[in-house]
Amino acid sequence: MRGDRVTDRPAFVLLEDGAWFPGTTTRPIDPAFGEVVFTTNLTGYQETFTDPSYLGQIVVMTAPMIGNYGVNVEDMESGHPQVTGVVVREMSRHPSNWRASRSLDDWLAEAGIPVLEGIDTRRLTRHLRERGAMRGVLAEGRQPGRELTAQLLASPSMEGLDLASRAGTRERTTEGDGPLVVAFDYGMKRTITRMLVQAGCRVTVVPAATSAPEVRALNPDGLFLSNGPGDPAAVEYALETLRDLAGGGLPTFGICLGHQLIGLAFGGSTAKLPYGHRGGNHPVRDVRTGQVLITTQNHGFAVVGDADGVPGAPGLEVSHLNLNDGTIEGVRHRELPLFAVQYHPEAAPGPHDAFPHFKEFMASLRQERAPLPQPLDRQHLSS
Amino acid sequence: MPKRTDLQTILLIGSGPIVIGQGAEFDYSGTQAVRALKEEGYRVVLVNSNPATIMTDPELADRTYIEPVTPEWVAKVIERERPDALLPTMGGQTALNVAMALQRDGTLERYGVELIGANERAIRLAEDREEFAQAMRRIGLATPQGRTVRSLDQALEAVEQTGYPAILRPSFTLGGTGGGIAYNLEEFETLVRRGLELSPVGSVLVERSIIGWKEFELEVMRDGADNVVIVCSIENLDPMGVHTGDSITVAPAMTLTDREYQTMRDASIRIIREIGVAAGGCNIQFAVDPATGEQLVIEMNPRVSRSSALASKATGFPIARIGTKVAVGYRLDELPNDITRVTPASFEPVLDYVVVKIPRFAFEKFPAADPTLTTQMKSVGEAMAIGRTFKEAFQKGLRGLEADRTGWLEGATPADDRLPGEDLATVLAALRTPTPERVFQIKRALRLGATVEAVAERSRIDPWFLHQMVDLLAAESAWRAIGPDGERVVGDDERRTLLRRMKRLGFSDRQLADLWSTEEGEIRVLRHRLGLRPAYKTVDTCAGEFPSSTPYLYSSYDEENEARAGGDRTIVILGSGPNRIGQGVEFDYCCVRAAMTFRELGYRTVMVNSNPETVSTDFDISDALYFEPLTLEDVLEIVHVEQPLGVVVQLGGQTPLRLARGLEREGVRILGTSPEAIDLAEDRGRFEAITRELGVAQPPNGIAFSVEEAVGVAARVGYPVLVRPSYVLGGRAMEIVYDDTSLRSYFGRAARVAPEHPVLIDSFLEDAFEADVDAIADGTRCVIGGVMQHIEDAGIHSGDSACVLPPYLITEPQVEEMRRYTRAFARRLGVVGLLNVQFAIKNGVVYVLEVNPRGSRTVPFVSKTTGVQLASLAAAIMAGATLDELGLHDDVIQPYVAVKEAVFPFNKLQGVDLILGPEMRSTGEVMGIADSFGMAFAKAQVSADGALPLEGAIFVTVNDHDKANVVPIVRRFHGLGFRVLATEGTARYLRARGVPAERVLKVHEGRPNAIDLLVSDRVQLLINTPLGKLSQQDDYAIRQAALQHRVPYTTTLSGASAASDAIIALRSRAGEVRPLQEWHALARETSPEWTS
Repeated sequence: MRGDRVTDRPAFVLLEDGAWFPGTTTRPIDPAFGEVVFTTNLTGYQETFTDPSYLGQIVVMTAPMIGNYGVNVEDMESGHPQVTGVVVREMSRHPSNWRASRSLDDWLAEAGIPVLEGIDTRRLTRHLRERGAMRGVLAEGRQPGRELTAQLLASPSMEGLDLASRAGTRERTTEGDGPLVVAFDYGMKRTITRMLVQAGCRVTVVPAATSAPEVRALNPDGLFLSNGPGDPAAVEYALETLRDLAGGGLPTFGICLGHQLIGLAFGGSTAKLPYGHRGGNHPVRDVRTGQVLITTQNHGFAVVGDADGVPGAPGLEVSHLNLNDGTIEGVRHRELPLFAVQYHPEAAPGPHDAFPHFKEFMASLRQERAPLPQPLDRQHLSS
Repeated sequence: MPKRTDLQTILLIGSGPIVIGQGAEFDYSGTQAVRALKEEGYRVVLVNSNPATIMTDPELADRTYIEPVTPEWVAKVIERERPDALLPTMGGQTALNVAMALQRDGTLERYGVELIGANERAIRLAEDREEFAQAMRRIGLATPQGRTVRSLDQALEAVEQTGYPAILRPSFTLGGTGGGIAYNLEEFETLVRRGLELSPVGSVLVERSIIGWKEFELEVMRDGADNVVIVCSIENLDPMGVHTGDSITVAPAMTLTDREYQTMRDASIRIIREIGVAAGGCNIQFAVDPATGEQLVIEMNPRVSRSSALASKATGFPIARIGTKVAVGYRLDELPNDITRVTPASFEPVLDYVVVKIPRFAFEKFPAADPTLTTQMKSVGEAMAIGRTFKEAFQKGLRGLEADRTGWLEGATPADDRLPGEDLATVLAALRTPTPERVFQIKRALRLGATVEAVAERSRIDPWFLHQMVDLLAAESAWRAIGPDGERVVGDDERRTLLRRMKRLGFSDRQLADLWSTEEGEIRVLRHRLGLRPAYKTVDTCAGEFPSSTPYLYSSYDEENEARAGGDRTIVILGSGPNRIGQGVEFDYCCVRAAMTFRELGYRTVMVNSNPETVSTDFDISDALYFEPLTLEDVLEIVHVEQPLGVVVQLGGQTPLRLARGLEREGVRILGTSPEAIDLAEDRGRFEAITRELGVAQPPNGIAFSVEEAVGVAARVGYPVLVRPSYVLGGRAMEIVYDDTSLRSYFGRAARVAPEHPVLIDSFLEDAFEADVDAIADGTRCVIGGVMQHIEDAGIHSGDSACVLPPYLITEPQVEEMRRYTRAFARRLGVVGLLNVQFAIKNGVVYVLEVNPRGSRTVPFVSKTTGVQLASLAAAIMAGATLDELGLHDDVIQPYVAVKEAVFPFNKLQGVDLILGPEMRSTGEVMGIADSFGMAFAKAQVSADGALPLEGAIFVTVNDHDKANVVPIVRRFHGLGFRVLATEGTARYLRARGVPAERVLKVHEGRPNAIDLLVSDRVQLLINTPLGKLSQQDDYAIRQAALQHRVPYTTTLSGASAASDAIIALRSRAGEVRPLQEWHALARETSPEWTS
């Protein structure tokens, strides 16, 4: 029973700037290193922890009570938890929900994911907000020692890190029925695949490093670029492929990391945000309609630019803007059938306001295909 | 899409008096709306009959009409002010109903008034349950199966399909009035009849019961460009079957997965679009089957509500304010988030804390009422608490309730927890019936070894919440184990760890002390020695993601404290806590006035309060808001962090007053009247000495510490006597007793008497006039704010009596005497701030009943009448100003009349007799203002939902004592052309004195009898004075019939006499409406000396 347990082991989060935050762990843990980020999602911890975009990260939940509804077999965004560690204010060990199959804590324990509890998560969040997301370590003990600090400073930084190839699939899989979309998997959430299939596509998911000729050989009607972890600038191998395929006129849709790669492929640059956007309440304006979408976000990097455009990428126009900080949330190509969004229209977790993007993508596939006979179409694309 | 420029004048309708189901939350939203519109440069016209509100302060709106909130009277305002638009969504169901009526009768069209915020279609779709169900079907959403019926026969057909238990919901009533759960045919018939009667459109929805399903609410906001955001989700701890106003509720929702929450969110967006709330907020309720996750839509309110007020306080997103701005054309993304000021309002707040709201009930004042919680709301107020976890917020909420529980604590006896016994079987059985004490019964059950499953099965409360409670119980044992009598001895390190954990679980020092059988002070000393103090966190709408410049704070036992010391230009105002009978919105009014004044004077103003309904807990009323329970511990910690100049305790009613001594002992400076003076006025013996010293008469009285002593005192002072426990609020357990037998039975029934619980016994001055005086003093001088005469005779609680300002029957020398005495008391007690004195006048002698050196319930009424802002002036005085400096030179006398009338919850609490007595039972008040007493009284009656008839029949049945005095009154009614009906004794008496009265059969005398007449609308006014101590069944049945069939009634002769005055006024000319601003200008013309 939580209230009665006095066997909690002292533990802490140590950040690379030396700040540390005491808490407890109920299980022995080895030091776990990763980038410490916070997410403000109120619900959806299971989706968050299984989202491959969180690979290599220690996730601080600003919602203070986590685990309330346990975990279930459906709300998985990948096969297993992807996070390096979890930091919460209070872990709920007696879940209650008709779909719950077990408690969150047991599930994380089985996956070997360390959980720190009792942390002043608000203090930690405010610290990250002021100082930026940074490397950190979860470890046992009353306070950090010198050796651990040294280890932390020697651990890899997120900048320049290609995690996409690690997070994504290694083999090609196909599901659904309809026009063929080849989806580059940089750490793709299951819900995205599901949404594409629901929208009426046949989706072939391919590894991140798949080459343009390999893709072309599949005769796709469209291209999808997934979300994923790490620094987009480190995913250089993808850029040439994208320029080749999307630049060749293949209808293309990108989400999150996919959005950043499009920015880079068409001449723009990306930069690390001070502390990222992670949560399910980010207001985004559709520049064309003025409509505001409440979106789910999970990104530490962004395409550089503002309402006026993406410097270096004159072909791209900014289609969506973040209303909190004015950063670019979506781009569309001025001529090519290509668009991408920085946020997560598939939600999971989060609001469904941006679901229509999937239909939009479908429409772009049909538009391209309908007026032209297939061989001609392909010829046009590859020219 | 910027604001509309085609509108100049906007009419806002308030919700009228505070009643169960429609409380202070509409002062909060209305005040926000007025301020939001003013900011945009609109001319704002406001109608609200409730003087105890901030929104009716003449400085807020351009034109403030304290007039009845009825279609007829609002139409008069429209005619006079010619507004371009009407915003109907800020004044609860009352405002929506009035707006709908004005739309239907063509008034709005005639004067070219546009409904903004919600249109007629949206209001109708949301209210008419059948149309609503159809609308939901259109968008693919399910509602509980049900059928709207207009007769008992139809209802009986409907229940064949829905089965029992069946839920009954009358259409267009507020707070679920008249609704209920029927488990059998008999209950069903009763509820249907009542529902049909109470529904203004005569229809009731018979609905399939989904009792026990989980209940959720979403607060939704939409702008004119169709941007929609969800402001807050709320989960009810009490499942379906208990009105959400009576449920313990939690924000954000605790037990929904993202998938389920998003399904609900999607549904909400579809609903607000389908119902067509063009621009504004709405509240949508859902039920979720705990076994399958099936979701049903229960209802939707296209307006601000109690829940939206709660959601605003819970998230920092000011729904009424933003709702008003979008109603005049703004898009959400054009409006700033008022808390962060760097991000827009088009977002969804995220919480990094848990909010718990706990309702407060008043069943102790209505022993005859059924305390079972059903679909009809019965609570009178609520406390909200913020903690980092559910457990912390839950315990803070319970202690914030100020209902003698220092947290989640069982009562001293099983009866305190509404249990007939204390064995497990009894406790478990009780859990099936929701009552206010259920969470305490759960604690008993768990302590007795009940499993979570057993408790969940009976209470239908989600096991998640029950496990939280189990955690608390376990923590208690761990704490007890290291106490003085515990089995474990620990060092400071471990003690600190454990104490910190207990504090993080929300335990108060008092609770921890009780578990160790020690004093609160000892735990406080230990806690401070171990370096444990709360850290204050900010409510910032964004879980720390963005910087926030608004200090809206709550305590936790985390590490980082975000509060900063304000220093010696800081003044802390203690609010009045949850609303309850005897302590309502009027005290919040005083606190808010003071906050505004201190700010104007350049002080940093800090508000402390636990009531989410109020204006005072709006984060932009003060410079810093601490949303905290009003206990000594919580206040001391805030003082420690803020290091203020001082603390104001005299404006928030009893709540802060009873903290005064403790605060002073801990070295906190109390601003204004000293705690010593407060004690002097409250301590019976010391006060009596003062009255003797000042030569003021007091009714003969005494204090008794045992039953025998009480009998002795009564013999000495002479029957009848007024008896009450010492230090009571709102006349709790106060009774008039006529003989020894009744006195002895009083102790068995109503109050204990013991050495530590003395009772006060006063000679009761029968047939005396009573008067209230509100005054303000600066330590040397005292100015009278107003002298109010009670319309009802002595013996009726001052809060329940109608009163008139200025007095209409008390002679000028007596008024002068009361003024003189009031000044003498102010001087003798050293009052610095507000003062209220109650007098009785009998046979030419002025007696003092009590002196309260603090802001009183009538302060807002007096201020609204005279235009003199007593609470603001008191604040200035507490900050060091003198009356002379403030330009208040002389007593205030205005050349017109204002009447205050009380409003009662009798139609919400079935079975309660509506006779008035010394125990206060009203929930709210209204005011009528006019140039004559009759018209002012008439307006007040209309506002109190007791509109007087202009013709027809009066039915008179009075006790023997009143027979002689009723004759002239009845004669006046007869002279006005009313038919006079009376029961045999009264009829004979009247006829013998020349008043033609027709005899009516009593209930037991056959048919048709008195009740038949009332039921069939053949009586337009009932004059019934209770038959003394032997109040009879007949009598009771007659009053109940009048109540249920909405026949205006009066239970006092003075009320009847005033009613005749009012009817004369109403028949001689049409009622006029006039804004406060014009009345006050009139007052200034006649008394220029006090406004310089």
